[in-house]
Formats: sequence, C-alpha cells, structure tokens
Amino acid sequence: MTVSPLPTAGARLVRLDRLRIRPSTAVSLIVVLWVLLATIAPDLLTNRSPTAIDLGGTMQAPSWNHPFGTDQAGRDLFTRVIYGARQSMGIGLGATALAMVIAVLLGFTAGLAGGFLDAVITRVVEVTFAFPALLLALLVISVRGPSQATELIAVGIGSAPGYARMVRGQVLNVRQAAYIEAAAALGHNRWTVIRQHLFPNAMRPLVAVMTLGIGQSVVWASSLSFLGLGVPPPSSEWGALLDAGREYITTSWWLEILPGLVIIVVALAATSLGRTLQHKLEGAAS
Amino acid sequence: MVIAAASLTFLAQLLMPGDRATALMNVQTGQQKRWTAAELAPVNKEFGFDRPLPVQYLHYLGGLFRGDLGTSYTQHRPVTQVIGGQLAPTLILTLGALVTAWVLAVAITVLTVKRTRAVSALGSTWEALTASLPNYWVGVVLLVVFAVKLPLFPVIGGSNAWGTVLPLATLAIPLAGFLGQVTRDELEKVLDQPFVTTARTRGMSDTAVRLRHALRHAVLPAITLSGWALGALVSGAIITENIFARPGIGQVLVTAVNTRDVPTVSGIVLVVAVAYVVANLLVDVAYALVDPRLRGRS
Repeated sequence: MTVSPLPTAGARLVRLDRLRIRPSTAVSLIVVLWVLLATIAPDLLTNRSPTAIDLGGTMQAPSWNHPFGTDQAGRDLFTRVIYGARQSMGIGLGATALAMVIAVLLGFTAGLAGGFLDAVITRVVEVTFAFPALLLALLVISVRGPSQATELIAVGIGSAPGYARMVRGQVLNVRQAAYIEAAAALGHNRWTVIRQHLFPNAMRPLVAVMTLGIGQSVVWASSLSFLGLGVPPPSSEWGALLDAGREYITTSWWLEILPGLVIIVVALAATSLGRTLQHKLEGAAS
Repeated sequence: MVIAAASLTFLAQLLMPGDRATALMNVQTGQQKRWTAAELAPVNKEFGFDRPLPVQYLHYLGGLFRGDLGTSYTQHRPVTQVIGGQLAPTLILTLGALVTAWVLAVAITVLTVKRTRAVSALGSTWEALTASLPNYWVGVVLLVVFAVKLPLFPVIGGSNAWGTVLPLATLAIPLAGFLGQVTRDELEKVLDQPFVTTARTRGMSDTAVRLRHALRHAVLPAITLSGWALGALVSGAIITENIFARPGIGQVLVTAVNTRDVPTVSGIVLVVAVAYVVANLLVDVAYALVDPRLRGRS
C-alpha cells in the first residue's frame, strides 16, 4: 500500500469524476428503485387491486387504461406484476442469500483447512458447478415437491457452487496478504484474525457478484415457475404469471411476453449495477 | 465426476422426506395416508429398501456400470427404458443449436468487428441484448411471432425438420450472443496483431485476413466455453421442449419432477453428467484441431 498523497485540486477532480454516473447506470438505478418501491409499497404505484375481477373486461390487449392488458378474469396485469414484485424479489434475494451462506461455509472450510478436506470440497463443488444449474434445481424439487420454499432452496443450491469456487479463491488469495501475517504476528488468535481481517477482505469483491446474482436468481426462479414447478398460479409472483399465461399464448400474447420483459429488464438492471459496483470496488482496492 | 454425480443422486433419493416406501405408495396412488407394514413390504422388497444403506449404495453404483439406472416409481419400468427413446430428439436439438449458434456468432462477429462505428455498435448491442435473454422468453416470442401471428411454423413442434426450426432458434439465439461477445473481444485484439498487418501488406484482402488468419485465433476462448455452454443448452432444451411440446428428455423430466419420480430424475441427471464429460473431451479435441500448437505435444 502506498502513502496517500496530499489532497490537491487534481485529486478532487478525480473524485468528482468517480461520482459521475453513466446513463446505463442511471437507468439501472431507476429500475431497481422502482422494483424496491413495488416491493415495499405496491399501492403507491397503482390504485387498482391485483385481485379485482372484471368479467366485462377480460383478455384486453394493452391500452392506456391497462398498460399490460388484462387476463382471463379481467385482472389488470400491470397491477399484478407490481404486486408480484415482493414475492419474486423475496425468492431472488432469499436464494442468493442461501447460496452465499452455503458458499461461505464451503469456501472458508476448504480455503482454511487445506489438505484432504479442501480436496474433497473442491471436488464436490467442481462437479456440481459443471452441472446444468436447472437440473440440480429440478432434482431438489423432485425430492421436496414444488412450493415457494422449494423454489427458493432449489435456486439457492443450484447457484451455490459458483459462489463457493469464488469464495475459496478469495480466501486463498487474501490469506497470503501481508496484513494477515501482520495480524497473526501481533498475537491475535486465529478466530480474531479470520473474523476481523480475513472475512471482510475476502468478501468485499463478492458484494458485487451477489448483486449480479440476484438478477440471475430471479430469472432462474421464473424459469422453474414457467415449467409449472414453482409457485402455483393464483399467486402473482412473476414466474407464476408466466405459468398462468401459457394456456392463452395463442390468443393473448401480452400475458406471457410482458411479465417476461419485466423480468429481463430487472435482471439486466441488477447485472449492470453489479458490474458498476465491481469496477468501483476494484478501483477502490487498487 | 460421474461417480460423484451418482453419489449425489443416490443421496437425493434418500433425502425424500419420510419413509421412501410410503412416499412411493402415495405417489403411485395419489393418496396421502399411512400404509400398513404388510402393504409396504412388497414395495420395500421390489425396490430393495429393506437392505442396509451401504448395500443399496453399492448395488446402485454396480447397476450404473451395467447401464441400469434403477426403476421408475410411477411407471414400474426401468429408467433406461423411460429415457431411452427420448434421448435422440434432445441430442439433435442441442447439437443442432450449438452448431447454429456458432455459425451465427462467427458470421456476426466477422462481419461487424472493426467496421464503421455504427456497424460495430449494432453487432455488439445485438450480442449483449440476446445473451441476456432467458430461453423461455425467446421461445414464447418466436412462437407468437412466427407460429401465431405469421403462421409459418407449427405451434406444436413435433420432432420433424420443420417443427425443429423454432426450438433450434430459441436455443441458438441467446447462445450465439454469448459466444459472439467472447469472440468479438478476441477478434478485436487479434486484428491489432503484427501478423495481421503482415498479411495485409502481402496484398491479402480484408475478408481473407479475417477468415484465414484472425478467426482461428479468435474462436479459441469460445471453444473453451462451449463445454460449459452445453450445460446451459441442456437447461435451455428442457424449457424449449416444454414450450413447443416437443418430445425429448425435457418432457420426461418435467413430468417426472411433477410426479416426484426421483429415480427417473436421477437417471436423467446421470445421463447428462456422462454427456457432459464426453462433451468436454470433444472440446479438447476441437481445441487441438483449431490450434496446431497443441498438436504433437504429449
């Protein structure tokens, strides 16, 4: 680490430059904030109810009054998408968190223990990582039977191996750092060093990866629901909307394509924010 | 790798909540009740649940080596029979999609890399956009546009050539975007290399330089990723077969997951594991074919 230079006018300019936000990041931020708002307070974004049935206006194509059209019971699809955000984001966040917990347990055990335990864990992780994530998730669902909790667990387990690889790599990397050696030399015990120095430093780059992962989890979960193996249709979870709309695909395309588009836009926004975060964190570390 | 996958699927069969024979009877009869020991005994005997776990495990592994994947809970047939006939359509679909994706990716990158700014931007935007599309969405859009609005293709695919076009495109378009992104980065770097300039000063045309010299270098990273891509293709094929009601592994798998027929799901997982190992061997061969530096070594 170099001695930080005295703050000069030049340095301040650089900092201002860092704060400048690219248009794509700005758009992503708006999308993410919109989804967060829909998750916390859906009633602020629409004054309709997601379950209000209107038998006079079923299967209407998108219009000013119903931007996403209506479904077979005349329910406003746009409203249903907004109210579905909470469940979808819940599954996305929960699955990513679960994957991270598994990954941290495996990655830290492997990276710190070394030797035989490392070899076994690395092998298992490599095997499951090489595997199509959807198949792993389907195996979990066939064992537990489809439900919302299963969907969360399936997506979490399906994406855990990728994170575990990264965590282990980070642990091995950070372990070698001079400050870890210094902390050990100062006489701190092993757990203190791990908790205070190794863990935060190893996990920092993974924050960005997790942001990327939430978008991926939402897409995976919706794929499972699309196959009819996730949350069952009466719910307005985004994947369940896709599942419900499949029956009417030849007559009412909006029921399928528009919720799908929302999922893609949200996933893209999360990915784009994750990338930006990654660059910032890398920039801050160097 | 295959043995590890086998251990994983065996574990999955054990993890089925509650007593396996009870779960199985419930699955078969569609009821939720407690069965008497007398009712469960024949099931336990048929599937070998009454033997100690290590024996069951070794029996399972031994069976795998003889090509026996166990017995389906719902169909009372060997899993190999259940899967067997469905392998070919899925294999044709995934391999066809891989080839199509490669042709698309190479054509788009060779045509658009380092051209005028607008053309290059068009190419890279197309790739970034398609690479992030989930298969189900691509499938649904293609279905609505080319089978419903413009009735060019059948809505329900079947496994004939005409019905395969849309499923193939569904799988190939996102993959082409992904492979294209990787190839584009590499091609941009390669076209700045001195040997490209040398080839140009010899009077070689731009197209020839791209095809004969630059491309060979540029495709290497994408070839490495093709092994991984095959895994993604299998996931995609399951969804695609489901959208177009096309026969194949995906259909069997979704039905099996729905009826909680764990041996069938496990069997498919294992078949895919084997396919995966084979695919990665083929990737190594392809690598050696494209990169002469790797030949003659070892």
